[in-house]
Amino acid sequence: MTASLELRDVGKSFTMHLQGGLRLSVLSGISFSVGAGDCVVLDGRSGLGKSTILKMVFGNYRCDSGKILVRHDGETVDVATATPRQMLELRRRTIGYVTQFLRAVPRVPAIDVVAEPLLLAGTSPEVARNKAMEMLRQLNIPETLWRIPPATFSGGEQQRVNIARALIAEHPILLLDEPTASLDAENRSRVVALLAARRAAGTAMVGTFHDGEARSSVATRIFSLPERSEAA
Amino acid sequence: MSEDEQPLLIAEGLAKSFGRQVACRDISFSLYEGEVMAVVGESGSGKSTLLRLLSMQTKPDAGCLRYRMRDGVTRDLGALGEAELRFLARTDWGFVHQDPTLGLRMAVSAGANVGERLMAVGWRHYGEIRQTAKNWLDRVEIETARIDDRPDIYSGGMRQRLQIARNLVTGPRLVLMDEPTSGLDVSVQARLLDLLRHLVAALKLSVVIVTHDLAVARLLSHRIMVMKAGEVIETGLTDQVLDDPHEPYTQLLVASILQP
Repeated sequence: MTASLELRDVGKSFTMHLQGGLRLSVLSGISFSVGAGDCVVLDGRSGLGKSTILKMVFGNYRCDSGKILVRHDGETVDVATATPRQMLELRRRTIGYVTQFLRAVPRVPAIDVVAEPLLLAGTSPEVARNKAMEMLRQLNIPETLWRIPPATFSGGEQQRVNIARALIAEHPILLLDEPTASLDAENRSRVVALLAARRAAGTAMVGTFHDGEARSSVATRIFSLPERSEAA
Repeated sequence: MSEDEQPLLIAEGLAKSFGRQVACRDISFSLYEGEVMAVVGESGSGKSTLLRLLSMQTKPDAGCLRYRMRDGVTRDLGALGEAELRFLARTDWGFVHQDPTLGLRMAVSAGANVGERLMAVGWRHYGEIRQTAKNWLDRVEIETARIDDRPDIYSGGMRQRLQIARNLVTGPRLVLMDEPTSGLDVSVQARLLDLLRHLVAALKLSVVIVTHDLAVARLLSHRIMVMKAGEVIETGLTDQVLDDPHEPYTQLLVASILQP
């Protein structure tokens, strides 16, 4: 496989046992591939499964059918069948993920939230901390906030901490779930410029962007999710 | 992807019944160094029995446990003698009880509680033992000035932190925890969780943590094993099991969490 990420005939449904076994078929037959320096934007109306695809690639949702192939250390790993240990290893070194919301851990200051992925990847604490400061600066987080846990930050500040955390380890694959959604114009431009630079440097990206500016500056390709009949 | 690395602990087909009551049935898993596995499920699901099986406090009716010793050789724990098991329990394993009075000696000082584990492995120099105990009290955020106080005048959160220091002072590789944070006030709980998170990562501990609190499992563990009526009904990465639960019982557990 030469692509960084390839989805082959991926399908997903949810069975809601608490609703009498209601089965929701969300995705079927999804195939696309993403190479280094590509940014594929998932397009389609709300509810078609854009975030679900990102969560499946990250191993956050299970993949019911098909393959999700990821290039990791020159080998190909199928996320659909990876063990938890393999998945954690992929997250440590290969796949970064900007979620829509930051899951703040009590008592952990912003700078440590950002530095953590580097520490997990084996970087020394000083180097990780310095890099975290650089990321926070690039994302325009005031220095007075660095030692405070982000739980009390504004939505836009939390989102930028989240982005700093996802970008710090410079993973070759980046998943972006509305990375610019809660940002004002100035910060949106900063984030877009940062993402465009990462893509130009060879990061493979898949994401959802409602925002037109972000889309036009970062995307190289649009993947439209097929409509499905609601009578599943 | 370092698949050649050997697990630290391997459980194969562990089973235990008390009379006609099945506590654990056919439980198998491998735990690697640095891995934290949460065992979740409601009271009576067999979680605590499993921990007692893993720590060899209870003999299984069937199945076996294998452990990679410090010399790199994986051995069947059932074939070890009493003395060898006791040595492992004192040095290479830790056990954090929900009730700290079970894991501590309440009538001796905090320093002696920590120092006792060191003396059990042959430390004799009083000054060194005291210094090491002090360092550990500091690491678990207990003022070192309280070293000569007995834990019965400590608060609940301090007792739990002292129990953790007592367990970790010998540098164990495997730590079993039974509901370590329940019974504490939420602010005290948050502090303890944060402390555990740091220690587990810094010391690369392998941990099996039994909890009924899914938020605790999410914060501390890499993967989850869901138990019901003595059986493992679902396993996987922690966020996968919590965000995309498949089994009806797991869905019920996840749906029952109160969002503050």
